Amino acid sequence: MRERIVLAALLAAAVALPWIAEALGTPATVGVATRIAIYAIAAASLNLILGYGGLVSFGHAAYFGLGGYTVGILWEHFRLNEPFLGIIPGTAELLVTFPAAILVGGLAAAAIGALSLRTSGVQFIMITLAFAQMVYFLFVSLAVYGGDDGLMIRRPNAFLGLNLRDPATMYWLSLAVLVFWLWLMGRVVRSRFGRVLEGVRQSERRMAAIGISTYPYKLAAFAIAGAACAAAGALWANYARFVSPDMMHWTKSGELMIMVILGGLGTLLGPVLGAAALVGLEYTLSGITEHWQFVLGPILVAIVLFARKGLMSLFGRWGPGNG
Amino acid sequence: MAEPVLAVRNLVKRFGGLVATDDLTLEVRPGELHALIGPNGAGKTTAIGQICGEIAPDSGSIRFDGADITGLSFAQRVRRGLSRTFQIVQLLDDDTALENVSLAVQAAEGHSFRFWRNARLDRRLTDRARALLAQVGLPEERARVRASDLSHGERKQLELAIALAPGPKLLLLDEPMAGLGAAESLRMTEVLRALKGRIPMLLVEHDMDAVFALADRVSVLVYGRCIASGLPEAIRADPAVREAYLTEEDGH
Amino acid sequence: MALLLEQLLNGVQLGVTLFLLAAGLTLVFGIMGVINLAHGSLYMIGAFAAAWVAAQTGSVLLALLGGLAAAAVVGMAIEFVVLRRLYARDHLDQVLATFGLILFFNQGMVILFGRQPLFVALPEFLSGAVEVLPGVPYPVYRLLIIACGLLVALGLWLLIQRTRIGMLVRAGATHREMVRALGVDIRLLYTLVFGLGALLAGFAGIMAGPVYSVNVGMGEQILILTFVVVVIGGVGSIRGAMYGALLVGIVDTLLRAYVPGLLRGVMDASQADMLGAGLASMGVYLLMALVLLLKPRGLFPAHA
Repeated sequence: MRERIVLAALLAAAVALPWIAEALGTPATVGVATRIAIYAIAAASLNLILGYGGLVSFGHAAYFGLGGYTVGILWEHFRLNEPFLGIIPGTAELLVTFPAAILVGGLAAAAIGALSLRTSGVQFIMITLAFAQMVYFLFVSLAVYGGDDGLMIRRPNAFLGLNLRDPATMYWLSLAVLVFWLWLMGRVVRSRFGRVLEGVRQSERRMAAIGISTYPYKLAAFAIAGAACAAAGALWANYARFVSPDMMHWTKSGELMIMVILGGLGTLLGPVLGAAALVGLEYTLSGITEHWQFVLGPILVAIVLFARKGLMSLFGRWGPGNG
Repeated sequence: MAEPVLAVRNLVKRFGGLVATDDLTLEVRPGELHALIGPNGAGKTTAIGQICGEIAPDSGSIRFDGADITGLSFAQRVRRGLSRTFQIVQLLDDDTALENVSLAVQAAEGHSFRFWRNARLDRRLTDRARALLAQVGLPEERARVRASDLSHGERKQLELAIALAPGPKLLLLDEPMAGLGAAESLRMTEVLRALKGRIPMLLVEHDMDAVFALADRVSVLVYGRCIASGLPEAIRADPAVREAYLTEEDGH
Repeated sequence: MALLLEQLLNGVQLGVTLFLLAAGLTLVFGIMGVINLAHGSLYMIGAFAAAWVAAQTGSVLLALLGGLAAAAVVGMAIEFVVLRRLYARDHLDQVLATFGLILFFNQGMVILFGRQPLFVALPEFLSGAVEVLPGVPYPVYRLLIIACGLLVALGLWLLIQRTRIGMLVRAGATHREMVRALGVDIRLLYTLVFGLGALLAGFAGIMAGPVYSVNVGMGEQILILTFVVVVIGGVGSIRGAMYGALLVGIVDTLLRAYVPGLLRGVMDASQADMLGAGLASMGVYLLMALVLLLKPRGLFPAHA
C-alpha cells in the first residue's frame, strides 16, 4: 500500500514538473526531463534482456537509432512527396510513424537476435556490438538520408492536434509512453514468460533440465526490447527534430548499459533512476568542464568496482532480489 | 518381456585419447530401480550426461520410451519424460523453493509464451508445487525460503521435487546422497523407496548401503565399460566386481 | 592484376595489424576470462606516444621504444588498478569498467593532444617503394609492417609452443581451473600475459600511425574490428586469431577497393563512393554472421 502511495506521489510530481519548472523560472529543466524520460524508456527496454534475462547486449543503441530514422525517413519522403522505395508513402503522422518505428525495431532485433543468440557469453557481447556497428555504418553511408551529418526533421509529427514543438507537451507524451512501458514491463516480468526469462539469467542448465528450450524465449525478449527501444528513438527524433548515426554509436549502447547498472539490474524503476543519474551527471559535469568524460570514466569504474548493486538498492524494498 | 524404458546400445565417448564411455550397453526396465555403480573415474557422470543429452556420444544409440532419442537435445528429452537430478545441485538460487518447483510445473504445462497473468499467484502452479515439495519431505515453512539459503540436504530434496514436476517416465538420479549426513541420507532413501515401482529410476550412487537397500538390479561400470549387470546379490558376489573395487582401494 | 596484388598486400598488412591486437585480446580472455574493451586504448596510446616522441626527437628507434613503453606501462597500470579486481566478476562488470577506461583515455588524449589527428612522417629510408613484381611498386613501410607482423606471429608461436610460459598459457586457455590447481603463480602469469598483450597492441598502434592517422577514437574503430576477428577465429585461439585477422583484413580491404567501383556502374560517382564505403564496412560483419551461422563457436574453437 505504501508503495502505491509513493509511486502515485512520484507520478504526480513528474506530471506537474513543467508547471513547477515554470514557477521556478527554469524552463530548461523540461527539456532535460524529456531526455531523461526518453532514455529511461530505452534503458528499461535494455533492462528486460540485460537485467531480467541476463543477456549482455552491447548493441542496443542500434534500435534507438532505427526508431529515430524510421521517423526521419518517413518525414523526408513526406517532405519530398515521393514514396520510400517507390511504394511506401512518407508521413508525418505520429500515429503511423510511432508504430512503424516499433515494427522496424522489433524486426531488426529479431533478425540480429536470431543470429547473435546462437552464441553466449563474451561472443554474444562482441557480436551484438558488431551488428550494431554494421547498422551504424549503413546509415553513415546512406547519402540520401544525410549520411554522417544526419537528417533534420523540420516539424515534429502531428499527433491528435497536439503541438509537439511545445516542450511541455513533448515531455508529457514521453512521460506517458514511459509510464505505459513500465506498467507493461511490470506485467510481463511477473508473467510466465518473465519467470522463464529470470530462469535463463540464473541457470540455462536448470532451464534445460525442466524441459525448456530457451532460445525462442530469449529471442522474443530480444525483439520486444528492440521494439521498445525503437519507440524511444522515435520519441527522440520528435524531441530533437534531428536524427544521425550518432544515435546508434557504440558509446550510446554503453551509456544505456550504464543507466541500467547505475539504477539497478532487474528492477522496474532502476533504469529511470539510472537515466536520471547519468543524464544529470553529464549535464552537471559538462557544465563544469568540456572534458567531462575524463571525470565520468573513472566514476563509472568506481561504481562497477565498489557500488555494484545500483541506486535501487538504496530503496530497500524494491531493490534487487525483491523485485 | 516388455520393452525397456531406456535402452542404451554400444555407446562410445572419447575425450582426446581417453575413452570415457567404452561400448556401454545398459537397460532400465519398466518399474525398476536400476543402480549404476563403479569406482571413481569409471565414467558414470559422462554416461548420465549422454543419456540426458548434455554430452553428444561419438557413436551408439539411446532409445527411450519406444523411440530413438540419440539426436534430441537435453530439453527435448525432458519434455518426453526423461528427468534428472545433478550431482552438484542446479537450482535458481535467487528464487524460493516454491518458485523453483512452480517454474518446473509451468514448464511441464506447455509453452510459456504467456505475458499477462502473474505466474506467482497462479494457484494451478503453486498448488501442484506445494504437493511436490510435500512428496519429497520438504517442510511447508521452508517453501518460501530462497534456494541459496536452504541447507545442502534440503537443496537435494528440492531438486528431486523439481525433477518430479513433469511427471517423468524415467528419473536419472546422479548421486542424490552425495554430501548428505546419515539422517538426511536415510530420509532420502525413504523418499526414493516411496517413489520406487511408480517411476523407473536409474540411480548413480556411491553410498552402497543405499544402493543395496533400494536397487532391483545393479550395473557396474569400470573404465567406461559395463563389466557386470544383474541382481544385487549376484553383483555382490561377482569376482570381477570385487576385483575392480579392490584395485581401486589399492590405488589409494 | 597489379592493382589486385597491391590490394591483397594491403589486406595482409591490415590483417597482421589486427592479429597483433586480436592475439592479446584473445589470450587475455582465454586465460583470465576478462573482456577488455580498453585494449584498443593501448593501441591508441602506443600510436600517440610514438608520434609524440618522433616529433620531439626525430628518432625512429626512440619513437618505437617510447610507444612500447607507454603501452606497457599503461597496460600494467590498468591491470593493477582495475582489471585485477574484475577477474572474478561477470562479463557485464568487465565491459562497463573498461568502457569507463575508454572514456577516460580518449578524453585524456584530447586534453594532451587535441582533437586534430596527428600525421606521422616516415623517415627517408622507409618512405620509398620497391617493385614486388616487375611493374608493381609497393611502399617499403607497408612491407615492413607485414614482415614485422609475421615475425611477431612466428615469435608468439614459438613462445607458446616451445617454452614453459607458453605451455602454461596454452593450458590456461583451455583448462583455466587446472592451471590454477597446479599451484602456478597465477598472478605473475596474468601480469606477464597482460603485459604481452599490451605490448602487442602498442606495437600495432606504433606501426599503424604513419599509415593511417593518429587520432582519438582510432582504438575503438580497430577494437570492434578485432572483435569480429576473434569471433570468427574462435575466442581464446591464437591460431584462430591469425586466420581470422588475415581473412578480415583481406576481405575488408578488397571490398573497400572494389565495391565503390562496381556501384559506379549503376549510380553517380559520389553516391557510389559513399554507399560503397558503407557497404564495404558492413562486409566483414556479414562475413561474421555467415561464419556464425555455420560454426557458432568460430572457425577454430579453443575449448573443443
